Amino acid sequence: MDEAERERRFQARIDAGEKIEPKDWMPEAYRRQLVRMISQHAHSEIVGQLPEGNWITRAPSLRRKLGLLAKVQDEAGHGLYLYAAAETLGVSREELVDGLLRGAAKYSSIFNYPTLTWADIGAIGWLVDGAAILNQTMLTKCSYGPYARAMVRICKEERFHERQGYEIMRVLAQGTAAQRALAQDALDRWWWPTLMMFGPPDAASVHNDALLAWGVKQKSNDELRQWFVDLAVPQAQALPLAIPDPELRYDEAASHWRTGPIDWDEFWRVVRGGGICNRDRLRARQRAHEEGRWVREAAEAYAKKRHA
Amino acid sequence: MNAALFEYALRLGDDRLVLGHRLSEWCGHAPIVEEDIALANLALDCIGQASQLLELAGELEGAGRDADALAFLRDPTQFRNCLLVEQPNGDFAQTIARQVLFDTAGAHVLGQLAGSKHERLAAIARKAANEVRYHVRHAREWWLRLGLGTDESHARLQAALDELWPLTRELVTPDEIDTELCQVGIGADLRATGERFEREVGELIAAAKLRRPPHPAFAPSGRRGAHGEHLDHLLSEMQCVARAHPGATW
Amino acid sequence: MGARGRRSVRKKASRVSARPADTEWPLWEVFVQEKSGAPHEHAGSVHAPDGELALQNARDTYARRGPVTSLWVVEARHITATTPEDSPFLLGPGPDKLYRHPRFYKGSKE
Repeated sequence: MDEAERERRFQARIDAGEKIEPKDWMPEAYRRQLVRMISQHAHSEIVGQLPEGNWITRAPSLRRKLGLLAKVQDEAGHGLYLYAAAETLGVSREELVDGLLRGAAKYSSIFNYPTLTWADIGAIGWLVDGAAILNQTMLTKCSYGPYARAMVRICKEERFHERQGYEIMRVLAQGTAAQRALAQDALDRWWWPTLMMFGPPDAASVHNDALLAWGVKQKSNDELRQWFVDLAVPQAQALPLAIPDPELRYDEAASHWRTGPIDWDEFWRVVRGGGICNRDRLRARQRAHEEGRWVREAAEAYAKKRHA
Repeated sequence: MNAALFEYALRLGDDRLVLGHRLSEWCGHAPIVEEDIALANLALDCIGQASQLLELAGELEGAGRDADALAFLRDPTQFRNCLLVEQPNGDFAQTIARQVLFDTAGAHVLGQLAGSKHERLAAIARKAANEVRYHVRHAREWWLRLGLGTDESHARLQAALDELWPLTRELVTPDEIDTELCQVGIGADLRATGERFEREVGELIAAAKLRRPPHPAFAPSGRRGAHGEHLDHLLSEMQCVARAHPGATW
Repeated sequence: MGARGRRSVRKKASRVSARPADTEWPLWEVFVQEKSGAPHEHAGSVHAPDGELALQNARDTYARRGPVTSLWVVEARHITATTPEDSPFLLGPGPDKLYRHPRFYKGSKE
């Protein structure tokens, strides 16, 4: 069977809604795209522990301390599910982590922003996790079996993250004047970066078409972004807090909320390393890895001795 | 009686609050992602136990303070945790050594409290004892791996043991409050705990081929609120947001 | 069950890093039994240096929310699995072997 025939059969399977499993034949480009997507997703979960972990030691009540700690723990767990899914495609976790620590691999740029107040924790749970849930819900239908299954597991756990974040924002927005100010300030800083989480506009997105054709994604970046905006605007109004967008308006004809222009220069600047926390995030992960080396070696040495 | 019981509940609660807080500092910085998850698990259990114990303490005090008020609005001299748990995490060996030492005594205390004549305390202790069984297992597995793994891990674990050993006496030294509550069947018998501690830790030291440090020199003081300098920094961080907004709810 | 095929050629090509090789803890597959009597189902994988830590890692990663009655961990290299090429002839009973199906047989009431 020649390559063209294999590809034709592969595409037919995708179009029939079949799941591709680890040992199935797949085009090299499909495999590469999935390794890229899944590992970036995994790295994002791991790095995502840092901006929120920053506030565990300062959470202002025992309930919030427990909730945030459980959320960050979940993120580590999600990273593991995703590395496991990526490994089914023939890469090792070690290589993927090495890519991250060398600064070669990407992760979601939203985590390059600093968490400046307790309210940021609310904003992240509500907006960033809210956005992630939409993306992940879509990905439960991904054509690659292990990734789709990891998404199902993650979606179940993610729901409480978003609810917790929104609840934090609601309590702040309806609290003291100082708390309200904190909440509004956090929303002002996290709104636009969250919209950028969905990636560049469809016209500028390099991978979009291939990923849609292969059933890896089912919606485009712009479609997901619009879905998110339509959900989040009423949520903000209910708090109540103001979305930091003077051009925000409701398009009656299309039943959509329309935002003002997104600053794509900022997006690319942060993606390319110019965000406030890019270096800190990388350094923190490099440090954990370096300082933990003797621990990993000890465990390996012990296991070897036991089996000798 | 209630005054003694209030103090007792504070000790149990503060131990676990401070230890849980220290463990939570590892989040995102552990040697491997699996340990980020495991240490967070330990931290969650400790802080959960602390919440219940401080809630009980607040009720016993009867002055309208709940667990949050006790956790976030007391000064260092009012905390009743042992000095062992307020030590900085240090490296992974020191964190594991601290966990093994604390849990060896702690598990025995909780086991006794599960049969306490004070119903609430017994219920809290039963649930906690179950969680701590897993903590003990996890920490001891690492104790062995570090002790017997490489020369470096062994040296680090020995250094950690040497550093923390003087603080263990506090875990097993009863004072008037312990004695009073033990006599009426509410509190644990710390002398029995001390005997168990000696035996089990002796076995653990031998199993990891470690050297037992010389006899501990530190007199217990945490139960009276006489802490080292670490606790103030820990509490400054832990309490800063709550204290910046008096009366606010979160 | 998704036992993985390691494509060794590709793997060697991507190890371009000049850093000394770090420890790589082996991969273990995790099987979870939720309720007593239910089958163990594949939940995912963990990395661990040995079985005891694999079990603990699996518990922390896959049994965090419970309920879980039983956990198995197996080192991935010990799993023997079929390949997609095997499947048609190795796995399917085929539509032409009806004598294996209960419906083929008439019961007293059917």
